[in-house]
Amino acid sequence: MASALLRFADEVGATGPVAVEGGRTHWDVGGVPSRGTRLVKAPAGVLAVEPAEMTVRALAGTTVVDVRAALAEVGQEISLDVTEPGATLGGALALGWSSPRRLALGPVRDAVLQLRYVSADGVVITAGGPTVKNVAGFDLCRLLVGSLGTLGLFGEVILRTRPLPAASRWLSGEGDPFALRAALFTPSALLWDGQTTWCLLQGDPADVDAQSRVARTHGVDTEVAGPPPLPAHRLSRRASQLRDLDEPVGTFVAEVGVGTVHVAQAPPPVALDPVVADLHDALRTRLDPSGRLNPGRDPARR
Amino acid sequence: MTVPPSDSSLVADLRSALGDALVHTDRLELALYGRDASLIRGEVAAVCFPTDTAGVQACVRIARSHGRAFVPRGSGTGLAGGAVPQGRPVMIVTTRMDRLLEVDVEDRIAWVEPGIINLDLSRRLRPMGFHFAPDPSSQQSCSVGGNVANNSGGPHCLASGVTSAHVLALEVVLPSGEVTVLGGVDADPAGLDLRGIFVGSEGTLGIVTKAAVRITANPPDVRTLLADFVSPGDAAAAVSAIIAAGVVPAAIEMMDQRITQAVEEYVHAGYPTDAGAVLLVEVDGLPDGVAAQADVVSRVCLEHSARSVRVAADEVERLLLWKGRKTAFGAIARIKPNYYLHDTVVPRTRLLEVITKIYEIAERYDLIIMNVFHAGDGNLHPLIVFDAREPGVLERVHDAGGEIVRVSLAAGGVLSGEHGIGLEKRPYMRWQFTDADLDAQARVRDAFDPDGLSNPGKVLPEGSRCGDIAALSAHARDQLIGEGVWV
Repeated sequence: MASALLRFADEVGATGPVAVEGGRTHWDVGGVPSRGTRLVKAPAGVLAVEPAEMTVRALAGTTVVDVRAALAEVGQEISLDVTEPGATLGGALALGWSSPRRLALGPVRDAVLQLRYVSADGVVITAGGPTVKNVAGFDLCRLLVGSLGTLGLFGEVILRTRPLPAASRWLSGEGDPFALRAALFTPSALLWDGQTTWCLLQGDPADVDAQSRVARTHGVDTEVAGPPPLPAHRLSRRASQLRDLDEPVGTFVAEVGVGTVHVAQAPPPVALDPVVADLHDALRTRLDPSGRLNPGRDPARR
Repeated sequence: MTVPPSDSSLVADLRSALGDALVHTDRLELALYGRDASLIRGEVAAVCFPTDTAGVQACVRIARSHGRAFVPRGSGTGLAGGAVPQGRPVMIVTTRMDRLLEVDVEDRIAWVEPGIINLDLSRRLRPMGFHFAPDPSSQQSCSVGGNVANNSGGPHCLASGVTSAHVLALEVVLPSGEVTVLGGVDADPAGLDLRGIFVGSEGTLGIVTKAAVRITANPPDVRTLLADFVSPGDAAAAVSAIIAAGVVPAAIEMMDQRITQAVEEYVHAGYPTDAGAVLLVEVDGLPDGVAAQADVVSRVCLEHSARSVRVAADEVERLLLWKGRKTAFGAIARIKPNYYLHDTVVPRTRLLEVITKIYEIAERYDLIIMNVFHAGDGNLHPLIVFDAREPGVLERVHDAGGEIVRVSLAAGGVLSGEHGIGLEKRPYMRWQFTDADLDAQARVRDAFDPDGLSNPGKVLPEGSRCGDIAALSAHARDQLIGEGVWV
């Protein structure tokens, strides 16, 4: 086990409220740590790029940009598209914010193979395993991703990687994104602000050309550099609900086919079903009895 | 058949809730439902066949009120003893809850009941242009509820991921008897991913009564290749080289010579019986990408000394090749009556090293070991075939299995890729995880099931937590098979 990880566990210790400070790019999502919470930093560094395994192992304090750069050298990438320079791997996974290319990549938690985290007792725990397939024991990784660091503080992670697409093209236009979604086999992203549609096509160059022709017939026909910047907060909807977003969300960019709506204002907290809320309490009580990990943050307000 | 006095009030309560017809206690059925596709047996008090969520809830509540454990069971195709009863529990069988409830093509979601058969679901989705991606070899008989419990895989999980990647929401009866929905059909359901922890929990966190699964568009094009190698080492090297070349096929399956011969005799698919190993590779997607990827696969195999690469000419040939792969387990019954199967995963780049060691282990223990496995993701299925009537063979099989696990873990691998831990692999959990790791898992189990009533004695080794055994009566405790006993 990396000594950096053991030093991180020592720093977290076993007593007193504590939170990890990453790049502070999404610091207030789900609430800010309560007053008096000690801030620590997770160790940084890419530990192993394994192109033939299609995995990467990195310490949680590594920036997403650095991990992407290390993988680009071997023609691969990860399913995290955070572009803010300081955003860390651990922070992105604690939020569990999937890439806008989720139609092609799937949700980010599906890419997490192993997580090493420091428990509330200050002990390093390994969740999951290093291989691309693993069902041994409970799937703690999926529970931890999106937990806002309330069940454990991430120290090291192994992610599944994938080949960089051979060709990549953004198209934009006023066409109906829902009709386009049904017409295309696998767009990588399909964004819509209520008026304009942006469509990302990736893959074999000839396939991208063919799919571009389909997009053009649907009025999404202008090649562009990329989509507009995405507002900082997210709403979660069923994909088909995006057709008639009747709530006053202000300026938005929606992920068609997925249901995520990027909005400027922090959304109101979602009321959990009481039975589900009890399970949340039971998990936190058992994994962090004194409530010392990220007090003030609530995964239900992500 | 008379119900023993210790079970009579439990059975009476179940009968009054479900009706006599849905609660079975005759001797044959109790014996039948005392086992799954593993070699382990257990004892069950009653077998219940609820037809809806309320029926499942009633079974759980009644079991609870009698301090009795309950075990969820789908089709019983599990290979690790996950559905084998421990402590004379109530068996809750979901086979009568097998409806496809709703298909939403726009959102690409199907709501199903847990007893629906995996392949039936895909067949019914086919006219709409979709399928359910997880495709275990048992897909003709395994249920989607069982797939959820085991986080099942299959050949096509190389590109599309195992069951967890295809489950959006679960209606469950919790061990408390409460009904709720975990996850959701929106993009990112609020709160912790309770759906994610439930998938693969092998029935220890409750019972699924409905599932919203992701349905996957059928690919516009597909190509299936059969590459024939003299040496298994060359085949293994070709697997890594395909991935390193930037191609992620839909599936890469490897079969060694013994299994290829057995399969060919069984299905006559035209597999080369003199090959040292064959690779079955499938690429799918849009047509140009498929053609380009098939070219790379073909070239890489030939560069790694494949004698030939055959491309299935049509759908009939393609299905025949797959039939060979998927009936491999049936084919081996012609060699020896029993088999014991491991499911370890190793890094792809160490496949050759590990399979070489596995053949050495076979030789040392004077056993026949065959390999038919998901080479693309390093998921081995070394199959020890034997005749249980032969004196002393079980010990050899068990010891050889342990060594296979050890060499896999030493190579940086894991215990199970898709079959789960159940009862059978439980003693090995300590070889992969530390006490602190297991304690964390046990706390999660406790949060869902503080009394340890839902499928007790599974997944976590004894001593990970205290609730497991405490919930069982003294009589039931005596029934628990000892650690390390697997037949």
